[in-house]
Order: sequence, then structure tokens, then C-alpha cells
Amino acid sequence: MSYETVVGLEVHVELSTKTKIFCGCSTEFGKEPNSHCCPICLGMPGTLPLMNKSVVEYATKAGLALNCEIAEFSRFDRKNYFYPDLPKGYQISQYYIPLARNGYVEIESNGEKKKIGIRIMHMEEDAGKLIHEEDGSHSLVDLDRAGVPLIEIVSEPDIRSGEEAWLYLNNLKTILQYIEVSDCKIEEGSMRCDINISLRPEGSDEFGTKVEVKNLGSFRAVRRAIEYEERRQREILESGGKVLQETRRWDEARGITIHMRGKVENRYSLEPNLAPVIMNKEWKEEIFRQIPELPDAKKARFIEEYGLPEYDASVITASKILANFYEECVKYYHDPKTVSNWVMVELMGILNETGQGIEDLKFTPKQLCDMLAMIDKGTISGKIAKDVFREMFDTGKSPEAIVKEKGLIQISDESQLESIAKQVIENNPKSVEDFKNGKKKALGFLVGQVMKETKGKANPQMVNEIFIRLLNDE
Amino acid sequence: MLELDKLSIHIAHEMLIKKEVSSEELTKAFLERIEDVDEKTKAYVTLNGDKALEESREIDKSGDIKEYLAGIPLAVKDNICTKDLRTTCSSKMLENFVPPYDATVIAKLKDKNAIVLGKTNMDEFALGSSTENSYFFTSKNPWNLERVPGSSASAAAVAASEALYALDSDTGGALRQSASFCGVVGLKPTYGRVSRFGLAATASSMDTVGPIAKNVKDCAIVLNAISGIDSFDPTSSDAVVPDFLKSLESKPEGAKIGIPKEFFGDEVAEDVKSAVINAAKTFENLGYVCEEISLPHAEYALWAYLAIVAAEASSELGIYDGIRYGYRAQNYEDLKDLYKKSRGEAFGLEAKWHIILGTYLSDDKYYDKYYLKAQKIRTLIKQDFVAAFEKYDFLITPTTPTTAFKIGEYAGDSMSMYANVMCTAPVNLAGLPAISVPCGFAQDMPIGLQIIGKAFDEAGILQLAYTFEENTDYHRKQIVWKEA
Repeated sequence: MSYETVVGLEVHVELSTKTKIFCGCSTEFGKEPNSHCCPICLGMPGTLPLMNKSVVEYATKAGLALNCEIAEFSRFDRKNYFYPDLPKGYQISQYYIPLARNGYVEIESNGEKKKIGIRIMHMEEDAGKLIHEEDGSHSLVDLDRAGVPLIEIVSEPDIRSGEEAWLYLNNLKTILQYIEVSDCKIEEGSMRCDINISLRPEGSDEFGTKVEVKNLGSFRAVRRAIEYEERRQREILESGGKVLQETRRWDEARGITIHMRGKVENRYSLEPNLAPVIMNKEWKEEIFRQIPELPDAKKARFIEEYGLPEYDASVITASKILANFYEECVKYYHDPKTVSNWVMVELMGILNETGQGIEDLKFTPKQLCDMLAMIDKGTISGKIAKDVFREMFDTGKSPEAIVKEKGLIQISDESQLESIAKQVIENNPKSVEDFKNGKKKALGFLVGQVMKETKGKANPQMVNEIFIRLLNDE
Repeated sequence: MLELDKLSIHIAHEMLIKKEVSSEELTKAFLERIEDVDEKTKAYVTLNGDKALEESREIDKSGDIKEYLAGIPLAVKDNICTKDLRTTCSSKMLENFVPPYDATVIAKLKDKNAIVLGKTNMDEFALGSSTENSYFFTSKNPWNLERVPGSSASAAAVAASEALYALDSDTGGALRQSASFCGVVGLKPTYGRVSRFGLAATASSMDTVGPIAKNVKDCAIVLNAISGIDSFDPTSSDAVVPDFLKSLESKPEGAKIGIPKEFFGDEVAEDVKSAVINAAKTFENLGYVCEEISLPHAEYALWAYLAIVAAEASSELGIYDGIRYGYRAQNYEDLKDLYKKSRGEAFGLEAKWHIILGTYLSDDKYYDKYYLKAQKIRTLIKQDFVAAFEKYDFLITPTTPTTAFKIGEYAGDSMSMYANVMCTAPVNLAGLPAISVPCGFAQDMPIGLQIIGKAFDEAGILQLAYTFEENTDYHRKQIVWKEA
């Protein structure tokens, strides 16, 4: 029998508001543990949660960008449980009436578009962090993160493979980054994902027993865990067994999931201290107006407006900052495709290599375009341009200054190049012979020798022409 | 020699202004009274004597006594947080808890140079009707030391002149019930009128803070000082705060008074009934219309109230886990054991009973059957009140079905004790303001009249209570100490 994989994802995203959801403490990290804590986030007697209005705005913005219906009336509830990272014995969340419902994120796999439904999206507070001593003697509690605002995005069970999950998460992340509600750094914990996965016989309408998988440190881990669970559950079903309803933990090093705990029933109660969130039409529209052009729309426009291939448009619009950088460049340079090549190959290459973010670039789009113009004018060769580009990246100096300082101006003097070429012909009789015998490759070698001699400064076009003339004359 | 028994806030204020007494003398006099009688009443859990004297001297020195409450000592129920002064909720859990912050009501009073004498005993986390659930000891009713003072000992402290007034809390009636049992005046404001920030929660949707004092006028003075919206309490209201003291200058002309018959059932003692009927006659003699009415769902109020209190308290008490502050068990094996032992060793029986019942009631499986049903009853009761207030300006009822009962009377039978809040709890469910004023005595124990008003009409109930007080003598009766 063949089985269909059914996956739903629960994604928690930290909102990048300046202060916590229910008090005035900073959401900043990396300070001394417990340095952003007050009686409210410590859950001391008599303290009450104070709603941070920005959180409602950020969350609404996210809901709208994810095509959700925003509830005019939503409410907060308490999820009651005990754990040392949870200061109050309950987490304030939205269980009964969440802020947003019925949205979707579109993915594209093998040229086919598919909508992954979003069942609900709600606001809640984050818990703190436990630091376990290695010898197991004790654990320390850091409550700086307690009360940092989160949105939880619960997808419909519309995902059918690890790849679809991966695409969904990437698109979700891009959208949330575009609207600037979160930095979505999964490795820093500002975006977290749990998997719900079950298998059912192909063609069945009923759901199989679902397993929850936690502890996923990257999108890649999500994909691998789904693929692992698919295999594990299929083996169980094929051997006539029953899948156990449980929570499992992804073990990244071993590439497997491990039993964590059985089914847990949560206890919810109303949060009597917070007024319902009333999202009226005016407020919602005001927030809607703040939503910028989203990735899909931008991609379509780039294809249309700049004549970019779909691939280029996808790569460049995957990041809003990159897309903005690109558009700025196009203002200063006539050929959008040349710009996209430089952005995708050289710029993204160097960013990957150095791990630097595009927001910290030292040079400007205008400077990159000035450099492209220098290639066009023959002032520098394309090859030299790559060195100039690296220097711009490292120092932020203008291309003109770099070219001048390093004496990188292209040699385009016919007689100078011809004398070097003659010298090369004299020193490489074998290659000359090969060329005459029809081996076109030999020409490249000879040109390369001139480039070597001139430290790359020779105008390669001219050198090429000179060789053809000289060798054909002989 | 100061006659503390005859003192009130406005008299003490006059004396301070005229320099007939200093704040230090006043404070010293109350501390001496506490020394004399607190071994009988056992009203205080923690005294703030040295600090109070120090503050009184500073106030005398500065001469900053223009405000009504300046230089005048008060008692504070021990679930209201006081900065640097132990706040226990009469629980082993918070036996050594010293808050690093003041409740908003305390900050407001300190701002007016009020002097906190100490913290008064209560049922643990305000769950109970007698202070018998206090971890520390049971307080006594100064009118009869064999009897309970109500759920909060601050009324006993005021009745015994161990403080000139008190700040108290009311979730299902504690403030009014204690005032009624001890023959003093207690006002539970509309939910939202007074900030709850710093009041350790029992049931957040019903908890309120209000004054207990010797007379209506003093209640008005204190209410003036503590009312108003607070940015630290999202449920506090921005409703306009009138000058409650000034409002006493006029009478509630032409007011119509409803007497809901459901509050006069078999549970209510005959002498209590007749005292309230007499009060109605007093009002009639003054020209007010009094009519019997019905609040048809009132008979379900007590059970709905108990379900909601248990459900909310079980969640509220979740903050006490032995991790960040409060009691932590000495020996435990693992995390689960730490929770079990810390909470198991530090919570008393009544708190545990509420936690277990509340956890059960709010469990997903029983949510619709019990908790949701209780919430629906709450809505019906609110509607009953709304309907009644379309025709009437005030409702009057007994504050409690009986006078103060004997210590130990309900030992092992807390279900029967809960009936004690049958007249007060419906008011908390509806979030309305109510005041209890002395309206008679039965076997030398005070009886309280409850006046319930429309939302945010504290001025109205104060006016009607003041009118009653001006035409009766119950509040003037002095305690005759009877040894237990």
C-alpha cells in the first residue's frame, strides 16, 4: 500500500518590538542573565499584565500579510502548567478566540503553485531559558526572554513532504522579514518550528495518528525530520503496527527522532486581567497600509519591469534588503541583467563567504554601477573588476580610487600589447603550432600568457585580435 | 489622653491641623493600643512600629498635613503589597516575602503621608470566612473573643481602635462581611474603580480593594484617596471620580430602594432579617420608597461564585511554585518533587481544596459542564441587577446571613461556611459597588446592612449610608470587652 504524508507545522516567531508583551522591559538579548526583568515578568504577587499595543499591531500586520481574517474581537487565555522557565504557572496566550484565522502561504514546487493553509495565528508570551549545569547538580533560570512577544502560526495539515515544509518555512520567513515584524533567526531562536506528522493510505480522507516532533534547529532539520518520520511511520504501518500518539525529539547528530513524552492535555482558563483586543476597521486598515510590497508581487514586478529571468527574480526578492539594493543599482545602470549577475554571483558569493549581512555593506549601489560603467568603457577588464569589487567590499573605497591607487587601468595601447604578444609567440612555439593545426584552445593559452605578463591589465579583446592578426600573417 | 474609640479620620485631621495632637502622638497612641489589645484580637500579623513612628516624626517636622489622611495611621490587609514590609497573605508560602514594590493603593496613601501601622491577618490567600485558614493564627472578634472577626482581621483592628481605618480586599464579601461582623463600615467599590496592582490575586475577575472605617464619612475620605485609573492595572476604569466626601453634603433625593426577597431566605437569621426590615422602615420614614423585588437567579449565585473563585484561584496560585520567591521545600528529588513538596507543604487545606476543585472545573473535559455554566449564571445575575437598577436606585440586603459565628463552629464543614457570602458574592459576580453599615445588634453582636448601588455609583451608596448613619446610633455603640 502506498501512504500519503500529512504534515502541519506550528511555528513560533518572536516579534521584534522594543519592549515585552506585558511590561516595559527591553526585549534585547545577550546581556547578563536576568537583567531585563521586573516584578511583572517575574510573576510577583499582585502584578498585572499590561498590553503592549505594538504587539497587536505587529501581529495584525503578520496576519494580514499571511492572508488571514483578522478577528474584530480576540481574547487572551491562560495555558496552565508548571516549568521553571515559566514564571507565573501559566502562559498568557490566545486559545479560545485567536487574533487571526484562515490564511495561507503560497509555495511553488516543480513549477506548480500550492496554497498551504494557516488555521490560526495568535499572540502569546515567550518563556525564559534554563541553563543546565553539566554535572546535573542544578539548573539556572534566565527570565530575560520571559514575556518577549510571540506569534504562533499553526498551518493546516496541507503539507505533503519535507520539501513542501521547507518551501513553506522559507516563504513564511521571507514574508515576515519583509513586513519587518521579526528577524526570523531560527539559529537564535527567534523562529521555532514543531512538526505534526501522520501517514494515511493514499486516497483516504481520514487522518492517521499524529506524532509531534520538537527540537528542530534549522529548516533543513525540519525537512530531514519529516523524511525520517515518514520512513519510520511507514515501516510501522507496513509491518501491521500502530503509530503511537506521542511527542518526539529530533536528534540532529544522529538524524533520528526519539520518544520524548506521551500525549499531554493542557489546561486553559480565561485571562481575567486583559481586556479583549478590539481590532476595528480603521485600525486594521491603518496597519494594512503599512504592509509593503510582498515577495511574490515584487518577484512578478522584477520579471515584468526589468526583464529578469524567473530564477534571478526569485533569488533577488528572497530578501527585501537585497531586492532594495538591486533596485537602487538599476537606477544607475542601463542593463538590469548585468546587475543581477553581479548581485547573484559576486555579491551573494562574498556575503556567503564572509558571513556578513547585506545591511552592513560598505559600498553603495551607485559605486557598484560606477564600476560596471568602467568595464563598459574599457577602463578595466571584467577580470580586474572582480578584484576591484573585493576591494570595495573590504574598504568601501570608490572604484575610481581603487583603480587609480593600484594602477589597475587596462592596457589598451596597440603597440605595447603587440610587442608583448610577439614575445609570447616567440616563447611558445608549440602552442603556435597547435593553433595553426586548428586547435582553437591554444589561442586562449596565448592570450592568458599576455594577461599574466601584464598582471591582468591587458585588454583581452584587443590581445585576442592581435594574436589572430599576427598568427594569420605568418 | 486621646480617646481613640471616639476618634475618626476627620476629627483626627482637625486635631492635627489645630496642633492639638501630633502625628507622632497619634501613632504612638495606636501602637500602645495595639500593645494593649492585640493579644486579645490577634488582628496583626506584622507590625511596622518603628518605621511608623519615624515617618510620623518626619511628617510632624515637615508640617505637611494638609491632606486628609496625612499623619493618620492605618492597617493594611496582608494581601496588599507594601514595599520593604513583609506581605504574607497569611500563608506559609509567603512567610518571608518582602515585596520590592508598593501596591498602587499604598503608593497613593503614602503620597498623602499616611502611616502604615502594620499588616492584618486574613484567611490564607483570602479563601475562607473566619481567618481560621490563616497559617499564623485565628483572629478574634473584639465584640466577643469567642467569635470570628470575618475573613479579614482589619475590621477587627478598626473596631478595636488598633488603627483608625484599614485597607481591605473583597473577592466574595470579605471586606463587607468582616465590617458587618465587627460593627464598622466597609465599602467594596465597583470593579475597576480602585487599582488592584499589588493586591495578591485570589480571583482576578472579582478582587477589589476598599476601605474599612468607623463611619461613612471616613470611608468617603479614603475612597477619594485611592480611586481612579492606574496604568499598572489594565482593568482599572477611567470613569470620572467624583469627590465622594463632598457628595455627602447632598441627599439621594427621591431615591427608590429595592429589597430583593432572595436575600431573606431560610439561611438568614430572624434577628438579621428584622434588623434589615427595620432599616427599610427607617428609610421609609425618611420618605424613600422601599419595595420588595426579585433577583430571580440569585439562588444560583453562591454556587457559580464558588466555581469561578475555585477556577480562577487555582490558576492565580500557580505563581507560587517555590522557584523565584516564597517557600521552597528543603529536600526534594527532582523538579516534579520540588513543586509537589513546596506547594504541598506551604499551602493550607482551603487553598489546596480550591486548587484541586478549580483545576477540575476548568479542565477541558468539564469546562462546558461546570465552568462555562457558572459563567453563564454570572451573566444572568448581572442582567438581574441591570433590570433591578432600571427601576431602583439602590438595593438593600443583609450583609451576612448571621452575626459573627463562633470560632470552630464550622470546623470540618467549610461547605456550610460558604453560605456566609450568599448576600455579598452576587455583588462581586456583577462587579457592583456595595457598602456595609451597622444596622443593629443580636446578642450584643453587630448586624450589617448592605446597600448595593449601580456601577460606579459609590457616591450614591455613600449618600444613602450616610443618611442612615445620621438617623441611627448603631455605629456609636462602644465595644464592651468580653474575655474569652
